[in-house]
Amino acid sequence: MNTIAETRTKSLLYLENVSVSFDGFKAINSLSFVVEPGELRAIIGPNGAGKTTMMDIITGKTRPDSGTVLFEDSIDLTKKDEADIAQLGIGRKFQKPTVFESHTVWDNLELALNRDRGVFGTLFYRLTPEDKARIEEILETVRLTHRAEEYAANLSHGQKQWLEIGMLLAQEPKLLLVDEPVAGMTDAETAETAILLREIAKTRSVVVVEHDMGFIRDLGVKVTCLAEGAVLAEGSIDFVSSDPKVIENYLGR
Amino acid sequence: MITGFILRALEGKIVAMIVVLVGIAILVPALNLLTPPDSAFHIPTYAMALFGKYLCYALLALALDLVWGYCGILSLGHGAFFALGGYAMGMYLMRQIGPRGVYGNPVLPDFMVFLNYKELPWFWYGMDWFVVAMAMVLLVPGLLAFVFGWFAFRSRVNGVYLSIITQAMTYALMLAFFRNDMGFGGNNGLTDFKDILGFQVQADGTRAVLFALSAIMLALCLLVASAITRSKFGKVLVGVRDAESRVRFLGFRVENIKLFTFVVSAMFAGIAGALFVPQVGIINPGEFAPANSIEIVVWTAVGGRGTLIGPIIGAVLVNAGKSFFTGAFPEFWLFALGGLFIAVTLFLPKGIVDTIQHGFRVRKAMKAAAEAEKGRVGTDAVNPSAAQAAE
Repeated sequence: MNTIAETRTKSLLYLENVSVSFDGFKAINSLSFVVEPGELRAIIGPNGAGKTTMMDIITGKTRPDSGTVLFEDSIDLTKKDEADIAQLGIGRKFQKPTVFESHTVWDNLELALNRDRGVFGTLFYRLTPEDKARIEEILETVRLTHRAEEYAANLSHGQKQWLEIGMLLAQEPKLLLVDEPVAGMTDAETAETAILLREIAKTRSVVVVEHDMGFIRDLGVKVTCLAEGAVLAEGSIDFVSSDPKVIENYLGR
Repeated sequence: MITGFILRALEGKIVAMIVVLVGIAILVPALNLLTPPDSAFHIPTYAMALFGKYLCYALLALALDLVWGYCGILSLGHGAFFALGGYAMGMYLMRQIGPRGVYGNPVLPDFMVFLNYKELPWFWYGMDWFVVAMAMVLLVPGLLAFVFGWFAFRSRVNGVYLSIITQAMTYALMLAFFRNDMGFGGNNGLTDFKDILGFQVQADGTRAVLFALSAIMLALCLLVASAITRSKFGKVLVGVRDAESRVRFLGFRVENIKLFTFVVSAMFAGIAGALFVPQVGIINPGEFAPANSIEIVVWTAVGGRGTLIGPIIGAVLVNAGKSFFTGAFPEFWLFALGGLFIAVTLFLPKGIVDTIQHGFRVRKAMKAAAEAEKGRVGTDAVNPSAAQAAE
């Protein structure tokens, strides 16, 4: 693991020997994993490989039993809770699209904006011209300008996924964790989403968990394959998908 | 900053309700005091007192709507905050009796003399000052809500578990207040009030002022509740109700958001209790009964939760129904209440106000569709599912 330790100083996110178990089941087993600033990374792996648990650990929902989790080489994420970590600049998209259905698309983005999130800050908040411009810009990016005044409940599944990505953008995170963004999307929507994520990754780091191999090929980025809570293989999609261990554990023969 | 906050609260329905409440605050006491008893317009004092009681219940339902309708916290213990506000007012009224009690003790209320108290317990100090007592009306329920919420929300107690512990809270307080050695009059509670600020509690003029105050305080609290729910904070509240984890991962401190709302709501309930006690003339531990807190939930559900004006209408209607039923068919009231709750849950799941609003929207959409079809104006504007979309 020398190579991992060397990459630490210039890392954005750094996990070393992280383990967590639930009732004796090792969901994550001495996992080490590094994301560099500006990197777009895909994670694949069979069900139960620990992909979502890993995201839970990074975002403070689950505390690891042991190991190091550092953000920007100095901040220990295992000591923080979800709200702290979100404010540090880590955004998370859930597997199932989770938006505020009884609010309009615009209000969803307004709530997500990276502004004072305290009780009194929000009580007396007023929409400034800068915030308005920012929301319009995000609406453009996630292709929802024409539906800004629509209730989020009335959006299609794919549009909800995009709205959620838009909310993450409004948070202005340094690192975006995206869990299965194209599950349940049409082929056209999937291709659009790949373009969208590549666009987003120009200005920040993105980690995408996905099962859709075609989508990952579209992204054309470094791939990490997890299995049984540890890294099985890491590299280009062609390198990973030709690895005999990956074929046996995940892709099948 | 503050003006913007208040101005935002002034939305059509809220303004209408505030106007109605202010009108009631002027009209009802005027008709009671200024018309002769045999006039057709005369409102008898007992009816005014009854209606004043409904207004206090309406404020209590509004308080519950703030936490339940907007934040998703189903409190089954709001009766406790109401009763605490009532006890604070009751203590002030007890101290105003002075030497006019049965035992004639200038300091100790009758029940304390009867129970062989030698001196006033420390928590009764200062309660003979109106300002102190009114501060306690807000502070005691607020502090209880703060301490309770601090622990409950921090350890992320949610849903039915939270409902159960709020119910346990009011039950525990009921048992405590039933004890004679608590110093709150035990079983009998506090009663036999004489004066409030030097005016006779039973006098018609005092009753009229108390009635008007109930309507005005309700209007004021409605204004504050509207300002809260229409701010960005209010949108976050609804977010907590619908997708709590999303709010958390956006970087909001959900526990603080819930705590603030819970405390504000408890203070509203305390105000309602304080206005209730002088109009009813008694406060006893029965007000802490779990069933009372559940009734508040019924009023709110009947009127329409998450609408602010719905709970006000629900509380008045259900309690008017209760007064009628308990007079006409006393044995059937509980069946009627249960039946009402089931009927509303089955047929009007959004409550009266939201169902009416929904009806208006559908009619408007259908009218627009029909007109567009008739005039063939802008055929692309005709949406066959316009009525549905309006939902």
